[in-house]
Amino acid sequence: MQALSRHITRARLFWVGLFAVTWALSQYSFQIYKALDARWIIRFPSQYQLNTDTVISGFLDWLVNAANFGLFTFRDLTRAIAWVIEQPYQFLRNLLIEGFQSGIGDTAVQVAPSLSWIAVIAIAVAIGHYARDWALAALVGACFLYLAVFGQWDSAMITLASVLVAVPIGAVGGLGLGILAYRSAWVDRMLRPVLDLMQTVPVFAYLVPILILFGFGPVAALVATVIYAMPPMIRVTIVALRGVPEELLEAGRMMGATQRQMTWKVLVPAATPTLMVGVNQVIMLTLNMVIIASMIGAGGLGFDVLASLRKLDIGGGIEAGLAIVVMAIALDRASQAFSERRMQHPRTGTLMQRHPWTTTVVVIVLGTFLLGQVLPAVQSYPDDWKISTGRFWSDGMEWINVNFFDTLEAIKTVLLTTLLLPVKKFFSGIPWAWGIIATGLIAWRVAGWKLGVAAALMMGFIAASGLWGKAMVTLYLCGVSVFIAVLIGTPLGIWAAQKPGAGRVILGLMDTLQTLPSFVYLIPVVMLFRVGDFSAMIAVVLYALAPAVRYAAHGIREVPPQLLEAGKMAGCTPRQLLWRVKLPLATPQLLLGVNQTIMLALSMLVITALVGTRDLGQEVYIALTKANAGQGIVAGLSVAFIAIIADRIVHALSDTQKKRLGL
Amino acid sequence: MDKSVILDCRHVWKLYGTGADALLAQGRVPDAAALAQANVIGAVRDANVQILQGEIFVIMGLSGSGKSTLVRCLSRLVEPTSGEIEFDGRDLLRASDAELIEIRRKKMGMVFQQFALMPHLTVLENVAFPLEIQGVERAARLARAKTVIDLVGLEGREGCYPRELSGGQQQRVGIARSLIVEPDLWFLDEPFSALDPLIRREMQDEFLRLQNMLKKTIVFITHDFDEAIRLADRIAVMKDGVIEQIATPEDLVQNPATDYVADFTKHVARAKVIRAKSRMEPATSDSFAGEVAHNATIESIADQVERADAPFKVMQDGKVIGQITARAVIDVLVGRG
Repeated sequence: MQALSRHITRARLFWVGLFAVTWALSQYSFQIYKALDARWIIRFPSQYQLNTDTVISGFLDWLVNAANFGLFTFRDLTRAIAWVIEQPYQFLRNLLIEGFQSGIGDTAVQVAPSLSWIAVIAIAVAIGHYARDWALAALVGACFLYLAVFGQWDSAMITLASVLVAVPIGAVGGLGLGILAYRSAWVDRMLRPVLDLMQTVPVFAYLVPILILFGFGPVAALVATVIYAMPPMIRVTIVALRGVPEELLEAGRMMGATQRQMTWKVLVPAATPTLMVGVNQVIMLTLNMVIIASMIGAGGLGFDVLASLRKLDIGGGIEAGLAIVVMAIALDRASQAFSERRMQHPRTGTLMQRHPWTTTVVVIVLGTFLLGQVLPAVQSYPDDWKISTGRFWSDGMEWINVNFFDTLEAIKTVLLTTLLLPVKKFFSGIPWAWGIIATGLIAWRVAGWKLGVAAALMMGFIAASGLWGKAMVTLYLCGVSVFIAVLIGTPLGIWAAQKPGAGRVILGLMDTLQTLPSFVYLIPVVMLFRVGDFSAMIAVVLYALAPAVRYAAHGIREVPPQLLEAGKMAGCTPRQLLWRVKLPLATPQLLLGVNQTIMLALSMLVITALVGTRDLGQEVYIALTKANAGQGIVAGLSVAFIAIIADRIVHALSDTQKKRLGL
Repeated sequence: MDKSVILDCRHVWKLYGTGADALLAQGRVPDAAALAQANVIGAVRDANVQILQGEIFVIMGLSGSGKSTLVRCLSRLVEPTSGEIEFDGRDLLRASDAELIEIRRKKMGMVFQQFALMPHLTVLENVAFPLEIQGVERAARLARAKTVIDLVGLEGREGCYPRELSGGQQQRVGIARSLIVEPDLWFLDEPFSALDPLIRREMQDEFLRLQNMLKKTIVFITHDFDEAIRLADRIAVMKDGVIEQIATPEDLVQNPATDYVADFTKHVARAKVIRAKSRMEPATSDSFAGEVAHNATIESIADQVERADAPFKVMQDGKVIGQITARAVIDVLVGRG
């Protein structure tokens, strides 16, 4: 007993002491520097600065301009990849928007028009009904109808074309690599760190090298999209294949299945429901990235949002943003329904009876094609019928700004002065040398000396790259956002878990929030609070809220019922039951929720560079606009390092907690 | 016995742990203590089993006794650490991958505890699946599957998916699937353990009915001793990876080789196991109340023998080989002798 209490005090002493030292150094670093006349205390000495960025840039230059593999140059290789991706993309663009033409320029003759808007909606409805039922068909159909009625059709179809090209490549590629990793431990070991890094490097960071390798345009955007969307598919594939029951594999082997038969006739079909979850993820990530990749020329809805953000065109931004939301919902619900869909009994009867949807769609496509020759309204949705909501939104925003300006400004000021600025001052004041040591100490204390050393090395890399100041701004923004997100999200999650009715609404809302591409979050925030740290924080909180809520709800729900019964029989009040039984048992899950929140916050922070933060995200963004690959990658790596350190520390905390609870 | 050996397994070991190979390379037979010291788990230790043509050979043991590992060694789903396995005159452990595939396609069938049906295939397609793997043309394999489905009593359910069937029905599909290639050697790995007791009994009857028609050579795994004595021609009792005894059910009950087997058989209803022949005496009586088969269990004849005034003739191959009295029957029933 005595030993235990001594242990606790020593642990407390460590944390309090660490914080006190850090606070003192942060507060007085400037005075110390002046007193000792040692500028290195607040600034990393420039003569020791690493030049990783120039090395990387130089390497990329060499790749693009000089690399030669004997038979072909690197440039030939990128051109070949671009060509392969370009073909299906151009075909889908023709099919959905531009129509098919022969000849070039003025001599071009239209051979066939694009699919009519009616036909596209019919296909969407058919897919919805095939995947589940009429309700889904109606939802998906309504979403596409919305795009037509509200004048977003052309941009939406460009975005859709990109998604339709990138998803099969990402899904099939991910499946292939996943199967390889499942089969060979060697491939698995090679892939694992790459996947970890891919998950934490911010998306902007690899837009830069891709921009340099493939040039500005839709193909570069598609390459970036595929790279971004593939890793989750690889992970899901590995998990899905490992989840196939051992007996099923033995059954396959006992039937004398060859290696190939095992893969394609046993493993993959048995894992299909889980694999479809991966495909759903690929679709949603693809949409997210296609929107972001408008910065390197993807076009479509993302470009509309970006253009409106730059022009501060409130109405246009919200219109395009809503179109993205609508599209995200349609794609998510339809692909989710596919993953839950079970094998159906085949229909019998005539061709029409056996394939009712295929025949209907074919009839509508042909019918609208013929009718469209005479009636243009059938071919493309007439402009006169379009409803523009741009004015409505601008007016609405104006009204809010006129009537609530003072309130909003007050909220902003209070939060800025009481929370954001003090935290910012604290983080920015920490001298780099102590920051490295402190990070190492925290990691060592929580997860052992290996992580301690690794964390210190990673922080050292950031400092040596001259990015310490920006990294601290990132830490401060991330810390404040996560703090607020957890503060709001955890009670919401607990509420959702306690009250089934509220739970359905809250969790449904969170599901929808999570399907929205990150870009969309910037629009309302910028409209209400203009640019700056505060806007960035709000956008990050909104984006990162979902996991905090979900994990909290999950953790509370997963508390074993017999423990609740034991608590009730001991005479706990509902409040005691929550605080004494449910919350302690849910801590590991709550911590995992915090972890996810941190990861999402970091990925969103980079995107909020668009609304004028001065952190690592801005560094990446500047690199993107200057096409400086080295700068972008180094800053991207720095963000990834912060993410990795945070991830390992929180995981270690969660594991300790689990062990303590005997879970 | 004139039955030939179809599967001969000699000195088979399966050890798990890093030091396994080194331990066996020392040349002497390691005991439990040596294994524990080397941090090696002996899942199967020095197993010697001969499976005879046409018999039901039951491997019986509690969970963790190594019975599942042993049967996986016999089918080479698990690679034994050492030993020899001869199947149909061929060295199974030296068979190449291609040969192994061929043997499994044509000569072996296996039924699994959790059924192991392909969730995306219908009953008909599941049963036809082994033939699909072999590349048999669709119409032919479906027709063949149809006849096997009728055999296991699932006609009318061909179009169902496994999720739409009860556990017993699913296992019928598993049985049908393993029988479609007409295997010479039929492995059943706890086929009825996942079923309710009532269904289990029904499936055992069904299994005996099938075996009466098909006369397969069977290796049957179970942890249920009642199931073992009901089905087995011979039983191997396993404990901690070691085969404690191999004997007929009757022998096992009457002459347990080790304390473990004795413990196990102590509470068995002996009347279900002991047969007329082992409790008969020379046929000395003048009058007989009737006749019984030499291999009838005491349980099945107790009622009529006890009720009669005179002993019954015990018959084998149409000849009288002895007589059995009410007294002998009662001795068995009350557990005397």
